[in-house]
Amino acid sequence: MTGFGVALKQAFSQINRNKMMTTASLFSITAILLVLGVFFLIVVNINNMAEGIKQDFDKIQVYLLDEVAPQQSEEMMAQIRGFSGVDTVSYLPREEALDQWKVKWGENADLLDRMPTNPLPNSIIIMVTNLDYANAIVEQVVPMEGIEQVNYSQDAVDKLLRITRIIQIVSLIIILALVAISILVVSNTIKLTVLAREREIVIMRYIGATNWFIRGPFLLEGIIIGAIAAVIGSVAVGAIYYYVVGHFGMDLALFLPNGFVPFDFMVANLLIIFLSLGICVGACGSIISMRRFLER
Amino acid sequence: MLLSEMRSERTENERDGMIEYKNITKRYGKNIGVEDVNIRIEDGEFIFLVGPSGSGKSTFVKLLLKLIDADKGGILYNGYDVTKLTPRKIPGHRRSMGIVFQDFSLLPKKTIYENVAFAMEIIQRPKRTIERQVPQVLELVGVADSARKYPHEISIGEQQRVAIARAIMNNPKVLIADEPTGNLDPETGWEIMRLLDQINRRGTTVLMVTHSREIVNAMSKRVVAIKDGRLVRDELGGFYHPEEDDEPAPSPEGALPL
Repeated sequence: MTGFGVALKQAFSQINRNKMMTTASLFSITAILLVLGVFFLIVVNINNMAEGIKQDFDKIQVYLLDEVAPQQSEEMMAQIRGFSGVDTVSYLPREEALDQWKVKWGENADLLDRMPTNPLPNSIIIMVTNLDYANAIVEQVVPMEGIEQVNYSQDAVDKLLRITRIIQIVSLIIILALVAISILVVSNTIKLTVLAREREIVIMRYIGATNWFIRGPFLLEGIIIGAIAAVIGSVAVGAIYYYVVGHFGMDLALFLPNGFVPFDFMVANLLIIFLSLGICVGACGSIISMRRFLER
Repeated sequence: MLLSEMRSERTENERDGMIEYKNITKRYGKNIGVEDVNIRIEDGEFIFLVGPSGSGKSTFVKLLLKLIDADKGGILYNGYDVTKLTPRKIPGHRRSMGIVFQDFSLLPKKTIYENVAFAMEIIQRPKRTIERQVPQVLELVGVADSARKYPHEISIGEQQRVAIARAIMNNPKVLIADEPTGNLDPETGWEIMRLLDQINRRGTTVLMVTHSREIVNAMSKRVVAIKDGRLVRDELGGFYHPEEDDEPAPSPEGALPL
């Protein structure tokens, strides 16, 4: 048998001999991964949302006064096209605007039908090449004649970006703390198997086994625990996400431009992240727990 | 270590199993382990290390195995200085030595065969080599009939033979035996001594730590006595001096910790 085969056999027999502790640490790590996973779901969705909202801000909507004639609006559009940072300029008649709202509201569209008159004005839609130009364009548009209101807010974008940044930093800190905790949990489990086999390890050292030969089975044990926890965690978080998307997906789509991040994409990424994390945590945990038994 | 130094040491110690302690000092905090020890053990020698518990016998042996680091001095062996070994070279160093402990240190869940094979598995020898050599060595120490038994199923004398089989499995240049007869009745102890003598006659340097006056006196080999960390006597064909032993009965305290 190869060295790896021997180590693998040893690792499984250790797990088998130590079922209680292995199960305990498996559950601890799975629980931690669960919390991590929920954070991950939230952060990714918030990012996605922020991205969507930002896209909305590529658009400046200029509401026109009712008395503005089509020809006058054509002139205004031509003028706007000359501003720097403008991508496209288009005219949105009030009827079309209402239709868009109906599509957006979906099954609630009949609420709009009950309105006596169309409350929406005609408008000019300006698409911006880059968000940075938006403020300058707005400043140039506002003094023009025949304008009721310009719909654009740099403040909102800034605020949104700031909030998402804070959420990202906070969750990163929480994620790191949870990773540290799970390394501790694994290292404690492995310390128990190390202690149970201390005699064997001492004999191995005396006879001249290399550190890696001694460490191998314990390393694999940690990796196996981490990997199993990763799979369980992914399934659990996946189930949670499936439920949330299924129950609230439609409601959320109403006021979020992008809706939820698709389930498949999320779970595939989650599995990859959990597996690498679980394996790293398991490996680190076992190396830490073995340190004092080996040659420095 | 510089290449030039290595060369000069090689010429000085061209014989493999030779060991030379040079001004070795090891303290544990304020307590002395060994103090300024100088000794040369020739290749193929049989040497008894005697002295009261806590006198430094254990430290002496651990330094040779590089289980602990010396504070001062060097130990020349096999063309290198043991005290300067890097962690990567320590396993190879230990493989050139065989170790027998007082309490046998067999793994209870492995059979006699597996216990001995373990020594070769650890150093990743091919399976075929292991299968060929283990029966030979078990035969040599006289426990071939018990190969399939577990340690608790055989006598302690046999267990010690198995431990010796494991120690010589990888054909060591030096065999270190830490009180190998400490837990045995006199008759069984003698059988073990005959075995060690036989191994020594095949050219292996044997370093044996012991408390047994009878054995030391009867074997008439080189005797090195340690007291308070210092070598106090070194005689060829020496006898055990009662005044160097302050305890009436052998104690396991001086054994390597397991």
